[in-house]
Amino acid sequence: MSILHLVNKSPYENSNLNSAAAIMKSDDTLLLIEDGVYAAVKSGTASAKIAGHKVSVLGPDLAARGISEDKLVDGVAVIDYAGFVDLVETNDKVQSWL
Amino acid sequence: MSDTKKFLFINRKAPYGTIYAWESLEVVLISAAFEQDVSLAFMDDGVYQLLKGQDTSGIGMKNFSPTYSALGDYEITKIYVEKESLEERGLTLDDLQHLVWEDEDEDYAEKDSIRLVSRAELGDVMAEQDVLFNF
Repeated sequence: MSILHLVNKSPYENSNLNSAAAIMKSDDTLLLIEDGVYAAVKSGTASAKIAGHKVSVLGPDLAARGISEDKLVDGVAVIDYAGFVDLVETNDKVQSWL
Repeated sequence: MSDTKKFLFINRKAPYGTIYAWESLEVVLISAAFEQDVSLAFMDDGVYQLLKGQDTSGIGMKNFSPTYSALGDYEITKIYVEKESLEERGLTLDDLQHLVWEDEDEDYAEKDSIRLVSRAELGDVMAEQDVLFNF
């Protein structure tokens, strides 16, 4: 039973990402959207929090914020809105860390 | 001229996730139009507002980041960026827009608007202001 975890807030602003990362199981996927995408920037201190997890990032939210894909942690998947829908479909449940 | 006050706008939130960044910019431009001595500070997630290469075509929101490059024309020439906030987020000055103003006293020479300051130095900047605005 896999869960798709959605994080939409900056990891530097509150602890939503900490909570998600601490609860995630190995089958789960973390999808970073909106201000959550800042967590995937390689050289940022928050990137350590997503290490070891299956992570996707929403491409349009990255582009809006001026973050190019070469700045991301290795292994992070950049997806579009259709990919977002696919993740919702392939996981059993969605947990939004609002 | 005695009505001129030193205004500091302190920007601490990322763009697009909330309306704060855009609203700040609106009030900043209004303040400048009333000929106040306006400075801007970017700290915490506010430093993300100045990242170059923003392209909002995929999220259906207005990209207001080009407006920052117009601040020099409004005689806003002091833009403080906190060093610690940049470093924590894995960013450097090179990741930010290159903002300049033209110094009419020196034959319109282009000068950098962004001043990289430490947290302690930003505290000094705050101390010398008349009014602080937070966004």
